[in-house]
Amino acid sequence: MKKSYKIEVDCANCANLVENAARKVSGVKTLTISFMTQKMKIEYEDDVHPEEVLKEIIRVAKRIEPDFNVL
Amino acid sequence: MTSKQKKVLFRILLSAVLMVGLALLPDKSVLPFGAVGKGLAYYLAIYLIIGYDILRKACYGILNRRVFDENFLMTVATLGAFALALFEDSGDYNEAIAVMLFYQVGEFFQSYAVGKSRNSIAKLMDIRPDYANLCQPDGTIRRVDPDDVEVGTVIVVNPGERVPIDGVVIEGASSLNTSALTGESLPKEIAEGEEIISGSINMTGVLKIRTTKEFGESTVSKILEMVEDSASHKSKSEDFIARFARVYTPIVCYSALALAIIPPIVRILFIGNGAEWSVWIYRALTFLVISCPCALVVSIPLSFFAGIGGASRRGILVKGANILENLSKVKTVLFDKTGTLTLGVFEVTAMHDKEDHDNNDEEEKARLLEIAAIAECASSHPISKSLQRAYNRPIDHSRVSDIKEIGGQGITAVVDGQKVAVGNEKLMEQMGVQYCHCHTAGTIVHVAVEGKYAGHVVLGDVVKQHAAEAVKALGAVGVARTVVLTGDADAVARQTAETLGVGEVYTELLPNEKVEKVEAIISETKNGKVAFIGDGINDAPVLSRADIGIAMGGVGSDAAIEAADVVLMDDDPRKIAKAMRISNKCMNIVWQNIILAVGVKVVCLFLGAFGIANMWLAIFADVGIMIIAVLNAIRAMYIKEQ
Repeated sequence: MKKSYKIEVDCANCANLVENAARKVSGVKTLTISFMTQKMKIEYEDDVHPEEVLKEIIRVAKRIEPDFNVL
Repeated sequence: MTSKQKKVLFRILLSAVLMVGLALLPDKSVLPFGAVGKGLAYYLAIYLIIGYDILRKACYGILNRRVFDENFLMTVATLGAFALALFEDSGDYNEAIAVMLFYQVGEFFQSYAVGKSRNSIAKLMDIRPDYANLCQPDGTIRRVDPDDVEVGTVIVVNPGERVPIDGVVIEGASSLNTSALTGESLPKEIAEGEEIISGSINMTGVLKIRTTKEFGESTVSKILEMVEDSASHKSKSEDFIARFARVYTPIVCYSALALAIIPPIVRILFIGNGAEWSVWIYRALTFLVISCPCALVVSIPLSFFAGIGGASRRGILVKGANILENLSKVKTVLFDKTGTLTLGVFEVTAMHDKEDHDNNDEEEKARLLEIAAIAECASSHPISKSLQRAYNRPIDHSRVSDIKEIGGQGITAVVDGQKVAVGNEKLMEQMGVQYCHCHTAGTIVHVAVEGKYAGHVVLGDVVKQHAAEAVKALGAVGVARTVVLTGDADAVARQTAETLGVGEVYTELLPNEKVEKVEAIISETKNGKVAFIGDGINDAPVLSRADIGIAMGGVGSDAAIEAADVVLMDDDPRKIAKAMRISNKCMNIVWQNIILAVGVKVVCLFLGAFGIANMWLAIFADVGIMIIAVLNAIRAMYIKEQ
């Protein structure tokens, strides 16, 4: 399942760091964060609850960039 | 301005005012706790107002073992300056606060400028319709979300509205403004029965449209998805900068450490003077301020984003920053012929009799064309369609029977009770007809009646209006080699290539041979990238094989959008050179920014090491360069029309 989210991320560097960390969250198949379009695209593994995975992604992201937000 | 930017601006102004106020107060000891470290508490308070988020991020960084980032650099530099002032008991904490303040000012400007440019670029690409007017059975109209419209329903598009979903016009005629899709400023006329693509703006008449696709599958959604995705395909330059930042920051940090420790020790051991610890620590802290890589990290993705946005404005969809980057390296361009350089529409250019002479007998000419057109009436091959167009009369299907289509050869049928064969030389050979070889270049359709040769029709493919200009323009943007690859007959293709000024021609290629030929050319090309340009309908394998696949007139052809790296929204071959010009400009800007930012940093680092640059200068250089780089990046959006 693929989903696209509008996000808030402060700088290009933070976007890269968050992207790298969030990719390692389990349940995530592919994930890209674009600083320019302020979009996060996630492809989830088949048998997961996207909301829970997203929660974990936000938790991981906030540790790197406290101002990270999913709108 | 976002609420967050407003908050930062407020903090900047507040701390600036407090700083000035404190500076106007000569004796801090009148304030409570003012005697401690010459007003240290007050300075620290201002420092926290302006820098608490940076400090917090630096702590996060350290906790997550990601030590070297700009927040860490700023924190160490400013806290170090505090410590130094305290150690020297100078009471001059202004510098530490000022560095943090200017850093925030820089960040503020950057975030504001990037936000602004992001919006203006996004506006270029914003073709998303907000609603669709659904036609209900009782004749009323209801405004709905385009997502909720099913395939096959009728929608109404009023003048001034954007066509929300792909479909066929069932009522009305109008002019369409397609500039947001194709970059073409001339309006396009549309009438009943014609296909209409979403994203264009209806200008004059009310149109009723029967939808043929869901919103999610419509052209407008496909394009938006593609452009949004493009920002996530990172270019090599971006990767390089990300890696550069990862290596560069630690190097500067260790150099700063070395600068703080080694010179004093050398002085103690070998020169015998005082160590001058505070001088060298100050220089090391200046080093840290200078080293911040923000200008690069922000301006480079922004340049690509601006380039992709500017291209999409001109009807050129580029699927990623990496592709935009590669476009500037294209030195070899391969063309498919039919549909790319030519219209794929054949015109009758000559009719010859059985001895290959120009046929002067009008009646016989008409008879030959009639037989050919009637025999081919059931075929949808471009040649058949062209023959029927040339015949230009309604075809009486009762005159023809026993139609047999022989793939790659032609057709046999019975017309007016006579057995006819219409097709190429292979068909004539197979039928045992004594035919004559045509002396002119073109697609030849031989006609035999009752086993006897009757003559042939010469068809020529119509060259696109701007094709020659397009090939010439490629030379101007540095393309050294142009090649036509086609399945057409040798003589025809050579003639076309010659009129267009294309250097090389490979003809009579079967689809798989085309792929092989492209592979061969790619492997023998040492310099630069190889681009393949096709009309996208049957070129998908070649489009994906070339370094860069460019599909023409890709709107509506899903296979092309999937397989190509660049989609030209209209059929104009001149867009190829334009895409390369955009890419060249974008890459120039990227390099300008890299050289500017790295150059200024290196100079400042030297000045800092020799004590010529202080922290103020360093932060000014940093913020100034960043703003210049961001403004420069925006230029990638604009390209001169030629």
